[in-house]
Amino acid sequence: MERHVIEQRMWVLDDKSFIGTNYRSDAFNSDQPNRYTILRAPFDKWFSGKVKAAGGLVICETTVTELIQEGKKVIGVRTDREGGDIYADVVILADGVNSLLAQKSGFHGELEAKNVALAVKEIHFLPEEVVQSRFNIKGNEGVVIEIAGAVTHGMVGTAFLYTNKESITLGIGCLLSDFKKAGIAPYTLLEELKAHPAIAPLLQGGEMKEYAAHLIPEGGYKAVPTLYGDGWMIAGDSAGLVNAVHREGSNLAMTSGRLAAETVIALKEMRLPCTAPHLARYKAALDDSFVMKDLRKYKELPEILHGNPHFFSVYPHLLNRAAHTMLVVDGQDKHSKEKTIRGSFVQQRSLWGLVGDAYRMWRATR
Amino acid sequence: MIKIEEKLFQNRYRVDEGRPHIQISDPQVCVDDCKTQSCTFACPAACYAKDEGGGVVLTTDGCLECGTCRVICSEHRNVDWSYPRGGHGILFKFG
Repeated sequence: MERHVIEQRMWVLDDKSFIGTNYRSDAFNSDQPNRYTILRAPFDKWFSGKVKAAGGLVICETTVTELIQEGKKVIGVRTDREGGDIYADVVILADGVNSLLAQKSGFHGELEAKNVALAVKEIHFLPEEVVQSRFNIKGNEGVVIEIAGAVTHGMVGTAFLYTNKESITLGIGCLLSDFKKAGIAPYTLLEELKAHPAIAPLLQGGEMKEYAAHLIPEGGYKAVPTLYGDGWMIAGDSAGLVNAVHREGSNLAMTSGRLAAETVIALKEMRLPCTAPHLARYKAALDDSFVMKDLRKYKELPEILHGNPHFFSVYPHLLNRAAHTMLVVDGQDKHSKEKTIRGSFVQQRSLWGLVGDAYRMWRATR
Repeated sequence: MIKIEEKLFQNRYRVDEGRPHIQISDPQVCVDDCKTQSCTFACPAACYAKDEGGGVVLTTDGCLECGTCRVICSEHRNVDWSYPRGGHGILFKFG
């Protein structure tokens, strides 16, 4: 664990400015469940230690090439080691967003570019004291910033900044279908983000030590594939379990993995085989958890965002300009300023456009 | 111009020499049928480059294993994509 998050900032960027909100609370310093920043390499090492301590066998440096099936039933996995077939009563597919194993077995189709975001990120190292003073935090307190607006060039996407113990993770992701349309390279966005006047000072003096890219399944509820079958279940990113609105994925992955494991344990205790009808308990448990409840809540959002790119282009600009107009001290009276702001919104979106946008956002998030 | 090599230089890889984990199934399809060649700008490691013959060349050494090229080649399905052999590919220092 790097830091527990005590403050979340949401920024809407224009070319030179941002308007935003913060929520910070000392209550996040209690033992209550919280949001944490982690680095996967040390986290995975720690976690595999836990698995071993619980009696599990972790086989590293081995790639699973396909599922071993007997008809429709999954009975194990084939690996790229010599004699590397491993047989099992049940296989829980947790092979990540690309989920080639499930694709090869025909459990779900290829990902669609409109249902995945491509995110690139860098990690910048700074002394611990610098991270603390720059973000006004002490000890292991942490800050995350979620960023939308001009930096995505109107594409559906967001950027993010996370504080780690001695480093800062900065990244940006947009829908792959939008990258394809826009013809922009993802690292171009990242460089522009780093150069933004609101971001650059936060990174200053840091040393970049790793660059990574990842797809994020953002198709939401409607893109979730069949979750189980004879001898198999699918969890986490491979099942598309990501709440894009709240930038949650790790917790959905861990929860779905736990529910899959608990399903197996319960069946074992009852001496029942891992057939599809019995593994249906996994889906029932997921449906009953925050994982599916949250995905269902936002099930309309992906389509609404696809059809309304102005949420990521026009509004950030309008909001920033409104703030600027109101806040600049230039001798103009406030009534006239309000009129200018109202005018700019109506001019860009029309009155009905504004009403429609409000309705669409309400429908997407209710 | 962004030097992507400088970014990739910070990463640790164990390259599976002579056994690229991704291949262009039919290079002629890139020349004849693909107008967008989206892989040449969308790949976050710039593994794909346009060549003089109107085609695309692929060098997988800096691959970040994200899957973008496979998903974005939706019209032609011309990317044969798998994960590197066990122990190879990008070795995340931090993740």
